[in-house]
Amino acid sequence: MKNKLIAYPYIVWMILFIVIPILLVLSYSVTYKSDTGLAFTLQHYKRFFDPLYINVLIHSMNLALISTLICLVLGYPMAMIIAKAPVRHRNMMVLFFVIPMWMNFLLRTYSWMSLLERSGLINKLLKLLQLPTLNIMYTNVAVVLGMVYNFLPFMVLPIYSVLVKIDKSLIEAAQDLGANESEVFLKITLPLSLPGVISGFIMVFMPAITTFVISRLLGGGQFTLIGNLIEQQFLSAGDWNFGSAISILMLILILLSSLVMSKYGKDKEGVGLW
Amino acid sequence: MVNRFLKKLYSFLIYLFLYAPILILIIFSFNNSKSRGSWGGFTLKWYGALFKDSQIMSALYYTITVAVTSSIIATLIGTAAAIGIYSMNRKQKNIVMNLTYIPVLNADIVTGISLMILFIFIKLPLGFMTLLIAHITFNIPYVILSVLPKLKQLDNNLYEAALDLGATPWYALWKVIIPEIMPGIITGALLAFTLSIDDFVISFFTTGSGVSNLSIIIYSMARRGIKPKINALSTLMFITVLSLLFIINSRTNKNSQRKEDVI
Repeated sequence: MKNKLIAYPYIVWMILFIVIPILLVLSYSVTYKSDTGLAFTLQHYKRFFDPLYINVLIHSMNLALISTLICLVLGYPMAMIIAKAPVRHRNMMVLFFVIPMWMNFLLRTYSWMSLLERSGLINKLLKLLQLPTLNIMYTNVAVVLGMVYNFLPFMVLPIYSVLVKIDKSLIEAAQDLGANESEVFLKITLPLSLPGVISGFIMVFMPAITTFVISRLLGGGQFTLIGNLIEQQFLSAGDWNFGSAISILMLILILLSSLVMSKYGKDKEGVGLW
Repeated sequence: MVNRFLKKLYSFLIYLFLYAPILILIIFSFNNSKSRGSWGGFTLKWYGALFKDSQIMSALYYTITVAVTSSIIATLIGTAAAIGIYSMNRKQKNIVMNLTYIPVLNADIVTGISLMILFIFIKLPLGFMTLLIAHITFNIPYVILSVLPKLKQLDNNLYEAALDLGATPWYALWKVIIPEIMPGIITGALLAFTLSIDDFVISFFTTGSGVSNLSIIIYSMARRGIKPKINALSTLMFITVLSLLFIINSRTNKNSQRKEDVI
C-alpha cells in the first residue's frame, strides 16, 4: 500500500494545532517584554522556585500522590477480582467501570457535594444512626476523595488488562512447586503485573496533579493546586509568561513519565485506555 | 466460601462508591424541592422546564453541534491519517505516532491554554470556530488509535488481489480496505463524539463569550448551586450515551467473537 499522502492533512493539522501552540507556550515562557521588544529570560522559571510556588507544587504532589496510592490500594484487589471472575462476567464488570465516565464529570463531582455537605445525605444517615457527623467538605480530604472517585477507573483498567494476560501455567507451576497463595502472589502475580501498576500510577497521578476543577468544587477554592495556579495566571492574573513556564514544566513532567511508561509497557498499544 | 463472600462485598462497595453520586443525581432530577439537601416529593416538572430554559438549550445546541461536527471531521482526517501512517516506514511512523500521543498524554489544561494562545496570537476570535477546532484536534488521535489496530489485522493480500484484478489504488482502497476497517472507524467516531460531549477543560479555554457548552454552564452554576433542570438533562443524556456505549460494546464483542471463530 502506498497511500502515505493521505496522512498529510492530519500532519498539517497537528503541526498547526499541536506543535505550533506548544512552541508558542515555550516562547512565552522564556521571553519578557522589554523596551526594545521581546527579550530572552529564564526569570519565569526561576520565579516558580520561589517557596510560595514550590509549596503549591508540593501540596499538589502530596494530594495527587495520596490519591494515587489510595487508588492503587482500592484498585488492585478490584482488578484481581475482575481478572479472576468467569470470562462471561469480565466484560460486564469492566464496562461498569467505564459507564460512570460517560456522565459529565463536573456533575458527578458536584453530586459528591450533596452527599458530603454538612446537611448532606451522609451526615443525615450518620445522625440517624446516632454517630458523629463528618465535616470534610472544602477540605483536603474532600479533594482527595474527588480525585480517587474520578480517577479510580484509570488505575483498575490497566492493572486488569495486565493481570488477565498472565500465563496461568506460571501460577500452576509455582503451586506445583509448593508455593502457597501469598508466595504465588508476591513472587509471580505482583512482579508480572508491575507494568500495569506503573501505567495505572501515571494515568492517575498526571491528571490528579493538573486538575483545577476538583479542587475548585470540593476544595472550595482555598486549596490552590498547580492546575489552579496555571488557570489563574491566564484568566485572572494575566501573567501569561509565568503561566506558560508552569505549563512547560508540567509538559516535561508528563513526557518524562510517558517515557517511563513506554519503557515498561512492552506493546505500544498499552499506552491508551482503549 | 467466606472468601467469595468477601469478594462480592468488596466489588459491591467499590461499585456503590462509583455509582452513588450518579444515583443521587438521577433521583434528585425527580425532586419537587429546589434544594439539593431535601426531598420534596416526586415530580417531572424539571424535565418540562428544561426545554424552556434558553441558556441550557443553547448550551445543549452548541454541545451537540460541536460533538457531531468535530467527530465527523476528526473521523475523516483520522481514518485517512491511519491508512497513511500504516503505509509509512518505521521511522516516519514513529515520528507521527509520537505526535499523535502528545494530546492524548498531555494535561488537558496545557492543551487548552496552548490552543488559546494560538487563537489569540493569530487573532482568531474565540467562539464557535475555535471551540470546534480544539475539539477536532483532541479527537483525531483517538480515531487513529481506534483504526490502526484494525489495519494491522488486515490481510494485505486482499488489497493486492484487488489491484491484480484491475482495480485502481483508490478503488481498491474504497472497496476493500474501508469496509474491512469499518468497525474501527465507527468505534473511533463514537469515542470522539462522547469525548467531545464530556469535555470541559479544553472547551473552557478555547471558547468565547456567548458560546458555552453544557460543561461550561455546569461549572459556572456549580458555585451558586446547580439547577435541578441540569440534573434532568444529564439524566436524559446519560441514558442516551449509555445506549451508544452498549452499541459500541456489542460491536466490539461481535468482532472479537468473529476473530475467535477464525482462530
